Amino acid sequence: MGKLKVAVGKLNFEFPGIVASGIMDETGDSMVRMFKSGAGAVVTKSIGSKPRPGHSNPTFTEVECGYVNAMGLPNPGIDMFEKEIKTASSEGPVIGSIFGGDEKEFAYLASRMEEFGAVAVELNLSCPHAAGYGAEIGSDPEMIVSVVSEVKSSVDIPVWAKLTPNTSSIQALGRAAEKGGADAVVAINTLKAMVICPELRKPVLSNKFGGLSGPGIKPVGVRAVYDLYSSLNIPVIGVGGITCWRDAAEYIMAGASAYQMGSAIGITGPEVFNEINEGLVSFMKEHGYETVKEMVGVAHE
Amino acid sequence: MNNVVKIIGKTRESHDTFTFDFKSDIPAKPGQFVMVWIPGVDEIPMSLSKTGEVKSITVKGIGEATNALHTMNAGDYMRIRGPYGNGFDLNGKKKILAVAGGVGAAALLPAIAETGCDTVIGARTEKEIILDKQAKDYSNNVWISTDDGTRGYHGNAVELAKEKIISEKYDLVIGCGPEIMLFFLHKACKELKVDCQLSLERHMKCGTGVCGCCVIDAERVCKDGPVFTSEQLDGLSDFGNRKRDECGCIINLR
Repeated sequence: MGKLKVAVGKLNFEFPGIVASGIMDETGDSMVRMFKSGAGAVVTKSIGSKPRPGHSNPTFTEVECGYVNAMGLPNPGIDMFEKEIKTASSEGPVIGSIFGGDEKEFAYLASRMEEFGAVAVELNLSCPHAAGYGAEIGSDPEMIVSVVSEVKSSVDIPVWAKLTPNTSSIQALGRAAEKGGADAVVAINTLKAMVICPELRKPVLSNKFGGLSGPGIKPVGVRAVYDLYSSLNIPVIGVGGITCWRDAAEYIMAGASAYQMGSAIGITGPEVFNEINEGLVSFMKEHGYETVKEMVGVAHE
Repeated sequence: MNNVVKIIGKTRESHDTFTFDFKSDIPAKPGQFVMVWIPGVDEIPMSLSKTGEVKSITVKGIGEATNALHTMNAGDYMRIRGPYGNGFDLNGKKKILAVAGGVGAAALLPAIAETGCDTVIGARTEKEIILDKQAKDYSNNVWISTDDGTRGYHGNAVELAKEKIISEKYDLVIGCGPEIMLFFLHKACKELKVDCQLSLERHMKCGTGVCGCCVIDAERVCKDGPVFTSEQLDGLSDFGNRKRDECGCIINLR
């Protein structure tokens, strides 16, 4: 399994698969379980300044090609989260995901995450379903520059920017993150989506719209990673619809230095990380790759 | 998965509890649950109280969502997701005792129907006892306990269950009810050296093992549970002690 070691900037991970924010990462114990299932790192649920219940149920529903959710950024607040990070960090690298309403709030939350022992912070500039947060900030390149640079000036750990695909040019958002000093970009967050129940004549989610994740968005994510890899000099982390080693390989060949998974934990289970690790190792053996790095971006050649 | 069903029957079980029947050919096991949408109000997990082609949920009015569900009638549409969760593992167990606390009887009824097992149904007082008549359709021994002695055994369900475990010698105890009751039922089963499988509850959102908000220690109640074995319960420090609210903040149970 030594073949699977990857680096994202100055960070080294034992395995290329990282738990995406919002899935099995609200508690220390669940993050530990994900490390034991073969995740190289875990991104926490997005944490804000205060406890927040998120939207009322229904916050989630299955569709043919994945899931549509509008959780609405539920989280226990940064103060309560110290304990969870401490529990998880003893078993592996934890990346603290944070969301704020402005630059100052992001910078404050990032410095708390650093203090708790997070190895990096991931800025949620892309949640599609929480008013005043996420994509409402992260759709504006100037705002991205401003948030990223403010966070960069307040912490020493690497800063990752998670981007929204709900835009005409994700490259413009990526370039803004790079300009602000981001150490890596993460793409993609969910695609804005809606489910209506015909018999009850209403959108199912209490928030009406939400974000689509899962296998249906994989080609969209692969394209986004491909384009970002072409236009940026910082590492790209791929996320969106990965459920098997072939999907992971696609993202890596499009240019991802590492990949994240979320929905697959519901579809297959936490063990999906180990399964993909094994699948990648056999693929690499058969095709003569010594390291994951050798595969990164090969689809561009 | 997603399923819109039509309510085909509504039965009053007690002063504050109704059963809603609906048809669905999706296979379900005793102990599984569905997420039920109450448009404009909420979506909540409900145990199936029948698991055949005709399925049902039995709803005690305890809050906004369950009271809103009570206003529904035969002919109304209901959107459910599921069935979810592992359910009870009843294979190869010869002699089973089901122990229900209050509306927990709903989650056990399909297992009682499938196995005809002996049953203890406990509640605070007589008018809170539900589904005892239905349990009697399948089981020869249905014993009732009330905390205030208004019906049956004067005491709680765990005390009565302990007496029955000692006198009847069971292979397995299955249980559903308030967590404190289950905590002491688990303890009693360990003392009396009988296996148990208990159905737990936590605040749920996705219902299908994705979001992780219902974890008890690192186990997802919606997907790894809701039924946990005696051995699993031994390793769960949250069991009987802590749960989390919708923000993920810890709430102490005692």
